[in-house]
Amino acid sequence: MLRFVLRRLVLVLPSLLGLLVVTFLLIHAVPSDPAVAMAGDAGTPEQIARLRQQYGLDRPIWEQFFVYVGKVATFDFGESVFSRRPVATDILQRLPATLELTFAALALSIGIGVPLGVVSALRHNTWPDYLLRMFSVMGIAVAAFWFAIMLQLFFAMDLGWLPLRGELASTMARPPRITGFLGLDAVLAGRWDIFGDHLRHLVLPAVTLSLGGLATIVRFTRAGVLDTLQQDFVFYERAMGYRWLRLVWIFILRNSVTATVTQIGLLFGGLIAGGVVVESIFDWPGIGSYTVQAILTGDRQVMLAVTLLVGTIYAAVNILVDVAHGLLDPRLMERE
Amino acid sequence: MNALVAKLARDLPAMLGLAIVLFVLLLAVFGPWLAPYPGDASASHLLRRLKPPTADFPFGTDNLGRDIFSRVILGARGALAIALTVVGAAMVIGVPLGLLAGYRGGWLSETIMRVTDVVLAIPQLVLALALAQLMSPSLESAMLALSLTYWPFFTRIVYAETRRLSSSMFVDALRGVGAGTPRIVFLHILPNALSPVIVRATIGLGFTILVAAVLGFLGMGATPPAPDWGLAIAESRTYLPRAWWYATFPGLAILITVMGFNLLGDGLRDIVDPRIRRSR
Repeated sequence: MLRFVLRRLVLVLPSLLGLLVVTFLLIHAVPSDPAVAMAGDAGTPEQIARLRQQYGLDRPIWEQFFVYVGKVATFDFGESVFSRRPVATDILQRLPATLELTFAALALSIGIGVPLGVVSALRHNTWPDYLLRMFSVMGIAVAAFWFAIMLQLFFAMDLGWLPLRGELASTMARPPRITGFLGLDAVLAGRWDIFGDHLRHLVLPAVTLSLGGLATIVRFTRAGVLDTLQQDFVFYERAMGYRWLRLVWIFILRNSVTATVTQIGLLFGGLIAGGVVVESIFDWPGIGSYTVQAILTGDRQVMLAVTLLVGTIYAAVNILVDVAHGLLDPRLMERE
Repeated sequence: MNALVAKLARDLPAMLGLAIVLFVLLLAVFGPWLAPYPGDASASHLLRRLKPPTADFPFGTDNLGRDIFSRVILGARGALAIALTVVGAAMVIGVPLGLLAGYRGGWLSETIMRVTDVVLAIPQLVLALALAQLMSPSLESAMLALSLTYWPFFTRIVYAETRRLSSSMFVDALRGVGAGTPRIVFLHILPNALSPVIVRATIGLGFTILVAAVLGFLGMGATPPAPDWGLAIAESRTYLPRAWWYATFPGLAILITVMGFNLLGDGLRDIVDPRIRRSR
């Protein structure tokens, strides 16, 4: 088990190095001079020269690369032009909100998607199945930013059931920051009213973000279960009079979700990318809205740090997916 | 070939997809003649701002009094043009790289595939945003950014196919009779590797329309007064909840178009690779 995990960790190193090269090249392959951009429209040639020296832009490119790697290794991503604070500080402060939203969306996708996929497979080629398949095709094709606006229009503006944006009503004060996760901090402070209000704010963004993943999970679970249903052990257990529901939800499901687990790993990238848009529409104070702000203000340091962060998270998730595969199907681990 | 077409014709969802794609194509080509107010691509009529849907304006009017129905029709051309350019460019970059990496092997192949892995390891939208931001934001930058982030999908597919084909019997036979490398690669391997590429491209067209709409929505793509669907949704946000129709119809246009490409792509995939059939 340990060897299996370690091997995965070593295999991911070249990818991370590549990620560093790509982000580095992003700065240098672009025709415009970063020093000119940093100095702004009113920058004088002297200021530009000073900036160039300050950021080491006058040194040879490979030397700059090593400086860059060194900085990244010590979590030094420079300063955000917009907030005038170190990018790493900003990101650390905003990360919990994004993780909260991402996991809420993931939980919704899996919690609803897997059962729906199983039902779709058990009832395959009947009208519930057709309906679910139609839904999963639409879930992938819908533009998240449009769906978000439609939800806001209906549930927040028309019906007034749920808040329009933000993570907490403006009349409520944030509980003391302990973990950074607002929901958790509220519970730790014993403020269930804040927790409840936060949850109400979480509903619309989480539902929007979960949609694409939900559709994918329904689809892959359905295909997996359909495959497993054909296998001999299912016929045998049925013939032996094994309880059908137990058979379906434990044994068939376990043998069917390998492809779904892979998809969940891939979804993670989509969830983070989708979060960029969803967060900015719902004013969710996470990495996504930070990214949009960086785009609008031309904040390169932030863009690069976010790209790097997302790539790293993605690599980490892929390791987790491999480990999950190993746990679901121990034969994979023994093979190595 | 006829058998395959017949198979596709029996696949109802795929046929629906094909019908949608052809319909959007029709709108893209003949849009200016089909739209009731073709001048509304740029004109503004402040006297009839934000009118709800009526017989004259089936989708209502926007903040400048332009007919949204006309602008949704006119937007098809831009959306398809972006998608075709991006996917075309991504194929031009990705397919030769895949052939090269798959047929040659060695360090060159390793390098190409590692770069592919790295680019694929970053969600396309995030990388495209970073790239488009570094170039000055415009429709051209957006298209370039999308192409530069989409090619690895093709490289990976073509690589796998080329590896499989180049170790197959008929390629050995070709080498035996003295066929040159370019001849083998372009005349024999490429045509055989093409079907998964076509499937990917079809789904990619829908996907690119979606991502391009996001870029337009974030102000990194099409610029006003272009009748872009994503841009229209972004502009509509100021006028909600009063003008619900302003945001609704361009979004439906995106949904239906992307769904068309996906349904068609799924149908094609069922034919090309029956192992991963979605329906039985």
